[in-house]
Amino acid sequence: MSVEDVTPVADQATGDADERFPAPSREPLIVLQDVQKHFGELHVLRDIDLTVHKGEVVVVLGPSGSGKSTLCRAINRLEPIDSGTILLDGEPLPLEGKPLARLRADVGMVFQSFNLFAHKTILENVTLGPIKVKRMKPAEAKELAMQLLERVGVANQAHKLPAQLSGGQQQRVAIARALAMQPKAILFDEPTSALDPEMVNEVLDVMVSLAREGMTMIVVTHEMGFARKAADRVIFMADGQIVEQAEPDAFFTNPRSDRAKDFLGKILTH
Amino acid sequence: MSDFLEVLSTYDIAGAFWVNIRLAFFAGIFGLALGTVLALMRVSPVPSMRAIGSGYVTLFRNTPLTIIMVFCISVLWSVLGLRLSSDFTANFFWLAVLALTVYHAAFFCEAIRSGVNTVPVGQAEAARAIGLPFLAAARLVIFPQAFRGAIAPLGNTLIALIKNTTVAAAVSVPEVSILMKEMIENNGNYVVPIFMAIAVGFVVIVIPVGLVTTFLSQRLAVSR
Ligand SMILES: Nc1ncnc2c1ncn2[C@@H]1O[C@H](COP(=O)(O)OP(=O)(O)OP(=O)(O)O)[C@@H](O)[C@H]1O
Ligand SMILES: [Mg+2]
Repeated sequence: MSVEDVTPVADQATGDADERFPAPSREPLIVLQDVQKHFGELHVLRDIDLTVHKGEVVVVLGPSGSGKSTLCRAINRLEPIDSGTILLDGEPLPLEGKPLARLRADVGMVFQSFNLFAHKTILENVTLGPIKVKRMKPAEAKELAMQLLERVGVANQAHKLPAQLSGGQQQRVAIARALAMQPKAILFDEPTSALDPEMVNEVLDVMVSLAREGMTMIVVTHEMGFARKAADRVIFMADGQIVEQAEPDAFFTNPRSDRAKDFLGKILTH
Repeated sequence: MSDFLEVLSTYDIAGAFWVNIRLAFFAGIFGLALGTVLALMRVSPVPSMRAIGSGYVTLFRNTPLTIIMVFCISVLWSVLGLRLSSDFTANFFWLAVLALTVYHAAFFCEAIRSGVNTVPVGQAEAARAIGLPFLAAARLVIFPQAFRGAIAPLGNTLIALIKNTTVAAAVSVPEVSILMKEMIENNGNYVVPIFMAIAVGFVVIVIPVGLVTTFLSQRLAVSR
């Protein structure tokens, strides 16, 4: 996405489900082939084969401990894998050093606990990457950051510290921080599960608007509203395996595997 | 009483304390710098760096300072001929600074590392996730927060360092405990008052350090 053609979030928050999302291309962006990962004896990722195309929004669901976070973390190599390959835009993930750092800049990550830099202002949180990693001029980085903060609706908090913001605001800043690197894809690991219920939608609205603009996203979330509205595909994981993949409506109305039926039964009754 | 004050005034006590303060000042700066490098090594992703860092800390934290001090003189200087200054007295002063530095660097390192532990892992992950390599993430994100979380233990290390400057007496650096010994030898009737005067001198130097670090550690605490 480019920064020029941003639409203010407020307009999109009211958008209804009928509004058109761009269809994902058939061009693969993130490809995992036969990925295996253990934590000691525990086999946390088993035989993972997954292709995410440019512009695609993939929602990852599954019970606690099924390996969803590990999958996300493996994709930008916060967690190394034991075997298999992960390709980003056709290139295998570099093992370490500068090339790896460059790759990480291409894949944004939004964490459950926001992880804003606690000693830096909101504005500095967003400009740090562009200035230090992309060598952007400070004035330019600041302009970009202010546009992004505007778009996620927290521009008026730019000079505060993270601890002075609500969880929902912090998470929107975290999204702006990821966007500032102009990444090819963004990974979201349960971005709304640490939030008070009244703040969930302000974050989901931003994510829906990103999806609408064609950002490639992998989103671990149990927010079915988001999945139905924005996802092109739902992936269901259990015990480190991808058990089922389907379009959101098909998955929620007619899950095929017993594990998925059981899981949906549990989250739907809550 | 006035006799005692007269005894005190015949000695350059302030000058001797000034030697201790200079020892502490230089060893503090160099020790903090070396301790920071060691702390970086101890949290680095490279296993050999971590091993060197923790090996250093284990070695120097568990060796008595007096032994390091004597080693610097009798091995580095006498045997290997290491000269840190062409002036004989200054050479001993700097060798004492060297000993104090390498010893306290281990403690500064551990103080900083306790500060690193106050920084949530998520901060480092977020820094890596925007593409900062290890050193940049450490310099821009982790260590600024770690120092702010380590002010109290750093202050404790500095206080220990100030008091440990008296160990330089072991290598004849003319600091205050040597002077005290000389004063006591010449004025046997004033042993206790002389001792008290020197102790009060240290208290006067050390208390402000404690007050300042307590103030700063509250003032600069990172709010989360
Ligand atoms: N650093 C680690 N060391 C050892 N085991 C780990 C580590 N991280 C995760 N695990 C284990 O790996 C498994 C998968 O963890 P993961 O965090 O990927 O699950 P998840 O699907 O994200 O679960 P949740 O919904 O609770 O976030 C779990 O059993 C977890 O306990
Ligand atoms: Mg998780």
